[in-house]
Amino acid sequence: MAFENTVDVNHPVHEVRSEAIKNFENLGFPSKKMEEWKYTSLKSLLKSDMSVFPKKESNLDYKDVKQYFIHEIESYKIVFIDGVYSSHLSETSHEGLDVCLMSAALSKPKYRLLIENYFNKIAVRDGLTSLNTAFSKEGAFINIPRGVVVEKPIQILHFSTGMESSLMTQPRNLIVVGENAHVQIIERHQSLTDNPTLTNSVTEIFANKRGIVDYYKIQNDKDAASLIDNTYISQQRNSHVSVHTFSLGGKLTRNNLQFFQKGEYLDSTLKGITITDKKQHVDHSTLVHHAQPNCESHQDYKGIYADKSTGVFNGRIVVEKEAQKTNGFQQSNNILLDDTATINAKPQLEIFADDVRCSHGCTIGQLDDEALLYLRSRGIPKKEATALLMFGFANNVLESVKIPELKQRITRLIADKLGVNLGFDL
Amino acid sequence: MLKIKNLHASVEGKEILKGINLEVNPGEVHAIMGPNGSGKSTLASVIAGNEDFEITDGSIELEGEELNEMAPEERAHQGVFLSFQYPVEIPGVTVTNFMKTAINETRKARGQEEMPANEMLKKIREKSELLEIDRKFLSRSLNEGFSGGEKKRNEIFQLAMMEPKLAILDETDSGLDIDALKIVANGVNRLKTDKNATIVITHYQRLLDYIIPDHVHVLLNGKIVKSGGKELALELEEKGYDWIKQEAAV
Ligand SMILES: Nc1ncnc2c1ncn2[C@@H]1O[C@H](COP(=O)(O)OP(=O)(O)O)[C@@H](O)[C@H]1O
Ligand SMILES: [Mg+2]
Repeated sequence: MAFENTVDVNHPVHEVRSEAIKNFENLGFPSKKMEEWKYTSLKSLLKSDMSVFPKKESNLDYKDVKQYFIHEIESYKIVFIDGVYSSHLSETSHEGLDVCLMSAALSKPKYRLLIENYFNKIAVRDGLTSLNTAFSKEGAFINIPRGVVVEKPIQILHFSTGMESSLMTQPRNLIVVGENAHVQIIERHQSLTDNPTLTNSVTEIFANKRGIVDYYKIQNDKDAASLIDNTYISQQRNSHVSVHTFSLGGKLTRNNLQFFQKGEYLDSTLKGITITDKKQHVDHSTLVHHAQPNCESHQDYKGIYADKSTGVFNGRIVVEKEAQKTNGFQQSNNILLDDTATINAKPQLEIFADDVRCSHGCTIGQLDDEALLYLRSRGIPKKEATALLMFGFANNVLESVKIPELKQRITRLIADKLGVNLGFDL
Repeated sequence: MLKIKNLHASVEGKEILKGINLEVNPGEVHAIMGPNGSGKSTLASVIAGNEDFEITDGSIELEGEELNEMAPEERAHQGVFLSFQYPVEIPGVTVTNFMKTAINETRKARGQEEMPANEMLKKIREKSELLEIDRKFLSRSLNEGFSGGEKKRNEIFQLAMMEPKLAILDETDSGLDIDALKIVANGVNRLKTDKNATIVITHYQRLLDYIIPDHVHVLLNGKIVKSGGKELALELEEKGYDWIKQEAAV
């Protein structure tokens, strides 16, 4: 592996980076021998001549990529092309909040304290995250000061052009949400090529007291695009954070989603809809770490798998001894549309407190034939009837999307994926 | 309209329908009665296209078109409607979205434009009023948590929306109290024209006080063993099925 070994020693985070390089050198990429990577192999994606920095800069016209934005709404936009910031596609802000670039945050003195307090503070020090910490140059930096309710959502878009075949982009996002602040974020990684692309993304989110964060991930990438998404969330007292992950397209998608609860009376929500076919592989690896009393977590993942695709749901809940009165709920419901598809679902509960309520449920089933007949006998053709049942199955996750235009978009993406045109808005 | 000739059907190798002949003309109401297990629901399912049942002999024709090989949705497009004895619960799909999809997919299949949204809403309002269905009901998941009676009323609401040529009501009266029964019967009667036809399957004659049949057939062990006018239903109510069984045995 020939990663460029250039680290700016004057950089305020250069120590963090040097440590990360060492970490990565020691740990390397995960292998299937590791318990949490048992069902997901990166082997076929990694190349010996891989590089983490693009050599040339690419440009895109808005009209060519408009479809990937939720363009029906007013929003802030932070857009990257092959890991490089695109100012003309972006709409950033420093008025009352910071919606800007990691590179700016890392270099400008006024952000120094924020960086010292938050950068790489909850990111787990595993191989992939260390690789990103060591070499990431760019990403979104969002800082919502105390009490600010952000009126419009923020969209983070990472485009890959595939101009360079062995690029492994390393986006790095840092989101700090102050006390009583409220923000909605939509994130999307989108390849624009049929060539293979690989992204190793790390996002850290900090929700301070009573902060509210609603984070939506649209994973509807091209057939040859792969994504390793590492998202780490730290929550303080009375905060509410939700992450919705919609995994529809892409070759291999691994979601490492980890919540660390650091105050009382807060809740964490993790929801997802996964619909795969054509040998796709989607792995949801979640962790909710309950460390304080009186907190809640809700996990609700719906998966529909067909045509040699594979799903993995590895949901871990840890309840520390101090975390009495924890309410931890986890559900993973899966439908296998044919017998070439596979789902590996494993809940892991590690409970060290005695006064807790934790439940987990995992179901694996087929489509209900009787229901299908019922719909068909009302004139709904088989394909549409099947799609309608799938929408019904996934509906409660879709219902909890709070931005109507986003909900509509995801509904349409799902309908497109299922090859139907259902004439209604769910 | 409907012509069934020598229909034999089996499930898992077991013959359930053993040579049914039945002809229903436009404007007519037929009642099919018979004890439990005689094959009434099977007959309804086979007409509607349930693929669990295999037609081993005979034919089903609707207005001269043979239905035997058609998929359930194609039969619906041809104008067949089955009110299910046990309507299926569909979580996450609202009654309204289900109905919109059913109507527009049917229109598409018939080469018609989708129904404009305002027309659709008007129709939904009219038909739900006809069946005295609460508006709130329409935004609930289809049949999920509905009482037995609510499910049946919802079936007839769907019938009213779809306006089929041939409606088959399979035990629509079971689970209905007398008020609901009157509402449902009134709904069915109001939908009747001289161009459509109705088959009412029941093993009580109660419903037939409100939906008056032109013909009554008795199904026994997979065969129609007796046919008559509406007075046959009363006779069955009074005397039960034993005398018919005896008659059929001779
Ligand atoms: N899916 C099925 N699989 C096996 N047997 C069935 C199935 N459906 C119906 N039967 C059998 O067929 C016979 C007739 O059933 P059915 O048509 O439901 O009667 P009815 O509606 O007159 O009460 C019964 O013996 C029943 O057990
Ligand atoms: Mg029956």
